[in-house]
Amino acid sequence: MAEHDHDHTETLKEQIVRAASEGSPLEIRGGGSKQFYGRAPLGDPLEIGDHTGIIQYEPTELVVTVRSGTPLTQIEQVLAERRQILPFDPPHFQGGATIGGAVACGLAGPARPWSGAPRDALLGVRILDGRGRTMRFGGEVMKNVAGYDIARLMAGALGTLGVLLDVSLKVLPAPGDHHTLVMDLDARQALEHMTALNTQPVPLAGAAHVDGQLHLRLACDAALAAHWRRRIGGELSTDDAGFWRGLRDHTLPFFDQDAPLWRLSLPPASPPQNIGKTLIDWGGAQRWVFTEETPEQMWALATASGGHATLFRGGNRQGGRFQPLPRPMAALHTRLKKVFDPENVLNRGRLYP
Amino acid sequence: MPHSSPSSQRVARRAGLARAFSEFLPPDAILSREEELHPYECDGLPAYRRLPLLVLLPTTVEEVQAILRHCNTQHIPVVARGAGTGLSGGALPHEDGVLLVLSRFNRILDIDVANRCARVQPGVRNLAISEAAAPHGLYYAPDPSSQIACSIGGNVAENAGGVHCLKYGLTVHNLLQVRLITIEGELLTLGGGGLDGPGYDLLALVTGSEGMLGIVIEATVKLLPIAEQAQAVLAAFDSVETAADAVAHLIAGGILPAGLEMMDNLALRAAEDFVHAGYPTDAAAILLCEVDGHADEVTAQLSRAERLLKESGATEIRVARDDAERQRFWAGRKAAFPAVGRISPDYYCMDGTIPRKRLAEVLHEIAVMSERFGLRCANVFHAGDGNLHPLILYDANVPGELEKAEQFGGEILELCVAVGGTITGEHGVGTEKIDQMCVQFPDAELETFHAVKAAFDPNGLLNPGKAVPTLARCAEFNAMHVHQGELPFPEIERF
Ligand SMILES: Cc1cc2nc3c(=O)[nH]c(=O)nc-3n(C[C@H](O)[C@H](O)[C@H](O)COP(=O)(O)OP(=O)(O)OC[C@H]3O[C@@H](n4cnc5c(N)ncnc54)[C@H](O)[C@@H]3O)c2cc1C
Repeated sequence: MAEHDHDHTETLKEQIVRAASEGSPLEIRGGGSKQFYGRAPLGDPLEIGDHTGIIQYEPTELVVTVRSGTPLTQIEQVLAERRQILPFDPPHFQGGATIGGAVACGLAGPARPWSGAPRDALLGVRILDGRGRTMRFGGEVMKNVAGYDIARLMAGALGTLGVLLDVSLKVLPAPGDHHTLVMDLDARQALEHMTALNTQPVPLAGAAHVDGQLHLRLACDAALAAHWRRRIGGELSTDDAGFWRGLRDHTLPFFDQDAPLWRLSLPPASPPQNIGKTLIDWGGAQRWVFTEETPEQMWALATASGGHATLFRGGNRQGGRFQPLPRPMAALHTRLKKVFDPENVLNRGRLYP
Repeated sequence: MPHSSPSSQRVARRAGLARAFSEFLPPDAILSREEELHPYECDGLPAYRRLPLLVLLPTTVEEVQAILRHCNTQHIPVVARGAGTGLSGGALPHEDGVLLVLSRFNRILDIDVANRCARVQPGVRNLAISEAAAPHGLYYAPDPSSQIACSIGGNVAENAGGVHCLKYGLTVHNLLQVRLITIEGELLTLGGGGLDGPGYDLLALVTGSEGMLGIVIEATVKLLPIAEQAQAVLAAFDSVETAADAVAHLIAGGILPAGLEMMDNLALRAAEDFVHAGYPTDAAAILLCEVDGHADEVTAQLSRAERLLKESGATEIRVARDDAERQRFWAGRKAAFPAVGRISPDYYCMDGTIPRKRLAEVLHEIAVMSERFGLRCANVFHAGDGNLHPLILYDANVPGELEKAEQFGGEILELCVAVGGTITGEHGVGTEKIDQMCVQFPDAELETFHAVKAAFDPNGLLNPGKAVPTLARCAEFNAMHVHQGELPFPEIERF
């Protein structure tokens, strides 16, 4: 592995120190697969894509430590050779995604309710802060409560609190087998069905409703899948892997629409919202909606349901993309940003203006 | 530590404070007489004791907000306390401050079956959540051994783990939302009604923050369906090292046990004498391995686990015959700390975490230290996570033994750091491990911790002096510690 190790810490550091002294913003760039995400990027690119390599991987420890520019496909392949996986199954979108981008965006695949998000698997990070200082938080062990959990704070922070240099992640044994049950139901029935399954120990690894069909993914062998099918109904799908990959990477036909795409994060049993074409994922907890409603309307609607909304693709990239925060929370965000990036150079304005 | 003598100045200050708080708190929410304060002088680590100026026992969110606002404007230190079972002196009172006890916030506000979560007040006991959820076929997964007593607020503040967190995660993995009151009295909602919240992941940041960033006043936790079946196997080994290697072998074999715990001879004999769990008392160490899921899966995993344990050199393998025997296996494990408490006047519990592959080596090294210090050490721990709990046996009435125990403990923690681990896996830094933080973190990281704290608590009034050492303290500690440029454990391969 060593010959593929490319440590660009020093170059990245120099660029940050210079940017900080000039007060000029830097756009942190991994593989570019999620460049559409967040508010419009600003400033000179800080390229992470060359900072690559698997630093440490020991299957019996269930931990991998990688440089942030390492492509997801490479990590997943190395893990697959030892029958292990990244539990959060990050989206690749159009390809080229890096592990740093995956952690910084904090997005997770369809198994999220059962297998967690990047923050759940994240054990430690090495970062460069906005002054160009390298720091290490967390570690490579499963349990660690020494100091505040700044590693997890980095997950989903969109690079605004620090440039991820390397990340240590918990990995899991790959589930043996998957089977998907499909049944014709409308959105309301599908939500009721998913809610009813909640209290049963079904080995779910996906629960999504799209185009009048509920898809339930089971992580178990064929015999057990048959057992569950007798109890829950539906037909066995012939394209288990394809459907869920298409959902994860937004390549299902559903995602081929023109209106702005919103992501709603809601209590899973929330009733369907009739606001646009909707795909229900995560057993109800994540909903993808194509709609021309205004951001203010979407935010009000999400708040009313006890959740939050994100303008995911399309729409105005100069305006707000993420649910506005109540005043004291916004103030706290500003203070935390100052702690890690006093000159506001790292991904300036990408999360909040 | 000696008690502070009640100087007349202190008495006056106490009376003045009590009067100020009585403006907005009912009389029964303020304890100020010394005999009333004594039960609160320490948490689960009785080596550190101190009386606060006052103990406050509010019952409403508004009262807590008012208390914090008052403390902030008057610069009065505030230490939060849940059930006081913490093992790092995290809830040790501040002598010039108030102890904010959350035990009266003991209501389960909602069991939301449709959304599979429970909304609870911070003083609710960990086990009470699972008990309330059980009629719905649900439970709350993190199960610290103290679960009959410890509070969910304390669990959030320490990011508590349990014997089942290898598979089901720590507190941080099982929280959906926390309501936090800042020192300024603001009520913040962290996380969301779904699986994530907007903005930075402050829910993760606050979990494990030891009462330094705010007061947890409500938590919404995930509930999971109770597994169809659970089965446990007990494996005996004739050396601690073989048992440790069996742990890695199980994981490498693709098993993800619901729990994987280890006890050495001293610990298992103490537990056996205490609860009669049926442990083989002649074993050098035992492993308890639990698998759960659908009946067929459990059977398959169990036979795989048995095979792997046999390959690893187990001298005896016993599958629990029924659920009662499985419960007994766990009862012994969960009672291990108090059981050890019965065989020694005092014990001191350490909490380092190491990479699993270093288990055998570190346990060996601890045995060597035990000889050197002349203090017995029992090991009972979360083997699957590499989270050690060496229990150092000592007698506080023998002059010098406590100091020796502390020094022994300190060396264990430094060994954990040296092999790539951490000084605390779940009990927190608190008062106790403050010096070892200097071993684990360089200045820039420590500075960042202080800056993060200041972003929440600019006057440094929440649990002052805990969790993160000052840079000056570390400079002093490190200077004393590195003798002639020589690091501790020169023989151990560095991480
Ligand atoms: C026999 C025994 C076994 C144990 N086993 C385990 C175990 O298996 N796993 C494990 O993780 N721990 C274990 N512990 C340690 C302890 O039970 C946990 O740390 C627990 O989470 C502490 O909860 P508590 O309510 O007692 O908190 P306390 O001891 O009262 O407080 C702990 C810390 O949390 C802060 N705090 C408390 N409540 C709040 C609040 N509402 N808001 C903000 N801060 C707050 C306090 O200031 C303090 O810093 C064990 C302890 C004992 C005595």
